[in-house]
Amino acid sequence: MSVVWTDTVEEIAGIKLHVSRAGSGPTVLVLHHDIGTVDRLPFYDALAAKFDVVIPHHPGWGKSQRAEWMRHPRDIAAVHAWLLAELGAPHASLLGLGFGGWVAAEMASLAPTVYRKLVLVGAMGIKPPEGDIADQAIVSYIVYPMSGFHDEAAFKANYGDVSTDQLEAWDIAREMSFRVAWKPYMYSQTLPHLLGGVRAPALIIWGDDDRIVPLSAGQAYAKALPEATLTTIPACGHFAEMEKPDAVARLAIDFLSR
Amino acid sequence: MHMMYFTEQPMAAYDAKAGLDFGATALNFSNSHFDPNEGSRLYNEYLEEYILAEECGADGIMLNEHHNAPFCMQARTNMFGAILAAVTKRVKIVFLGNPLPLTENPVQLAEELAMIDMISKGRVVSGFVRGGGQEQLANGVNPAFNRERFIEAHDLVQKTWTVPGPFRWEGTHYQQRVVNPWAIPMQKPYPRVWIPGVLSKETVIWTAQQRYPYIALNTSIEATKTIHETYDKAAADAGYTAGPENFGYLIRVHVQDTEEKALQNARQFMWMQGEFTGLANPVWANPAGYFSPSGRRGFVEFAVGRAKNPRGNPTFEQQVADTMIIAGTPDQVIERLKYLVRETRPGIMGIWGNDGTVSKEDRRRCIQLLCGEVMPAIKEYAAGLGLNDPWEANAPVHLRYSTDIPGLRQAAE
Repeated sequence: MSVVWTDTVEEIAGIKLHVSRAGSGPTVLVLHHDIGTVDRLPFYDALAAKFDVVIPHHPGWGKSQRAEWMRHPRDIAAVHAWLLAELGAPHASLLGLGFGGWVAAEMASLAPTVYRKLVLVGAMGIKPPEGDIADQAIVSYIVYPMSGFHDEAAFKANYGDVSTDQLEAWDIAREMSFRVAWKPYMYSQTLPHLLGGVRAPALIIWGDDDRIVPLSAGQAYAKALPEATLTTIPACGHFAEMEKPDAVARLAIDFLSR
Repeated sequence: MHMMYFTEQPMAAYDAKAGLDFGATALNFSNSHFDPNEGSRLYNEYLEEYILAEECGADGIMLNEHHNAPFCMQARTNMFGAILAAVTKRVKIVFLGNPLPLTENPVQLAEELAMIDMISKGRVVSGFVRGGGQEQLANGVNPAFNRERFIEAHDLVQKTWTVPGPFRWEGTHYQQRVVNPWAIPMQKPYPRVWIPGVLSKETVIWTAQQRYPYIALNTSIEATKTIHETYDKAAADAGYTAGPENFGYLIRVHVQDTEEKALQNARQFMWMQGEFTGLANPVWANPAGYFSPSGRRGFVEFAVGRAKNPRGNPTFEQQVADTMIIAGTPDQVIERLKYLVRETRPGIMGIWGNDGTVSKEDRRRCIQLLCGEVMPAIKEYAAGLGLNDPWEANAPVHLRYSTDIPGLRQAAE
């Protein structure tokens, strides 16, 4: 069955937010990476076959308008919580990819009883107990996303020869990452202390070769969240939903269907 | 015309092959290649050379700063400024400049500059810059807010210098409970501010709106004329007519007693341009958000190696032919500089005299000839062309002190 996506613009906090939506059933809010997202992915289609999937572009990323005042991923979390209220789906499950995982964790920490379930894939947001989150500021536009794949062929399969439009989108995404998460880079010093109240069961998925966010951060999430399971995917990098879409979809759908 | 001597203070005493092997000599090129004994020698030699430049007749010493790179040993321009305030007697101490966005405390910067102004008995010219991209990275400063921080820090420094304290500052990037430094500048209303730059149109326009002189850093004659056009238009919009006192120009010039030796040493100017050092990674020089969004598309292609550097990469010979580098005997250099001065009509000139591994003896000879023979000849020629510097033109320090703009409520000095 082919999935039909609808793109709309929602006005939240004075920002025009680009939102893609498809499928039916319980709502799952998907929050994208620091490098933004392409419009359609096999992983998104797989989710939409089972759920009502909502995928906004973060403010300033992709087709969403920039919020000049935005300074922290917690601000993005508030915007997406507002979006869910606007869409009439305040009790959605949250599925955060990388940087989007940080935003999802912020949302959950701010509203501990509100969200049904939480899926974090290679989530940023916590200072890894071992190693550092890779700094995209000092590497080129292609080098950074490529380092998020275990297998270079998977990068090529997703991005091909990389269009100039894509390079530009990555530069804008990078600028936005700096605007909201420059220092400390890609983590919050307060978030780990606030996760203990989260009532939603959590599934934490990590590529076993994530060179952008060390697995130790996943272990820290599993420890901080009261009801969490950590699962790793073999031969997989940071952009797990693009490198191993079937495996991530299977794990997420199984968890969210329970 | 104001003529000042400049050197980047190169730290060329490192293993050049290591830089080439690493592929870059900035930001991440390890400081394990830095030898502090050589650093000590060079700092002291450069200091002696500034003193020599004053003895030989320079009007000013131009200072700057960079970080994490061998091409410039000054990590804090105010350090050398403070030393020069004490050991020189006459020259202007021209900071071009303090990178405003790098500071977390503009009030402290205002204090430091005020101290240097007093110690030097009113000889400070306080230029400000945005700082290159890698300077932001080297200092952990967010490049995405570079321009906002530049403007807000400037406004805070200006207020600190001109409005009696205490006052409170609640800005976007800076918040200060009590602004009330006891050190304030000796020069009134405040030390002259000059803004150096290379290509940012936004900076040229902002500079013209302040009525600060814009110092073009070794831009081509053609690019320099474009900068003047942009400035002239913004000046006209602000209600005044820009003159030579609003423009400065920095040019690489190396002088020796023979043309052969001058050309040989001038090749060292290519050292900093990467011909024999290795270049920086483009995303270090222009981190996301640092660059004007209008240049984004061209830049991302350059950054991944699909397009050539928009600034070009001309050879030494080409740069000599285009008057981007001047080298020769005093007579030869004077002739070329006269051509340049006629074409670009600046009231302020910076002469970048030495770079790379030029020997101490040759550096000193270059300074003697530059400041003793070339500068007086060019100053005389410029006077004939009416190229006045800001003091000769009695130019206002800032637009708000203009007396020639109808309807402008003039600020009290």
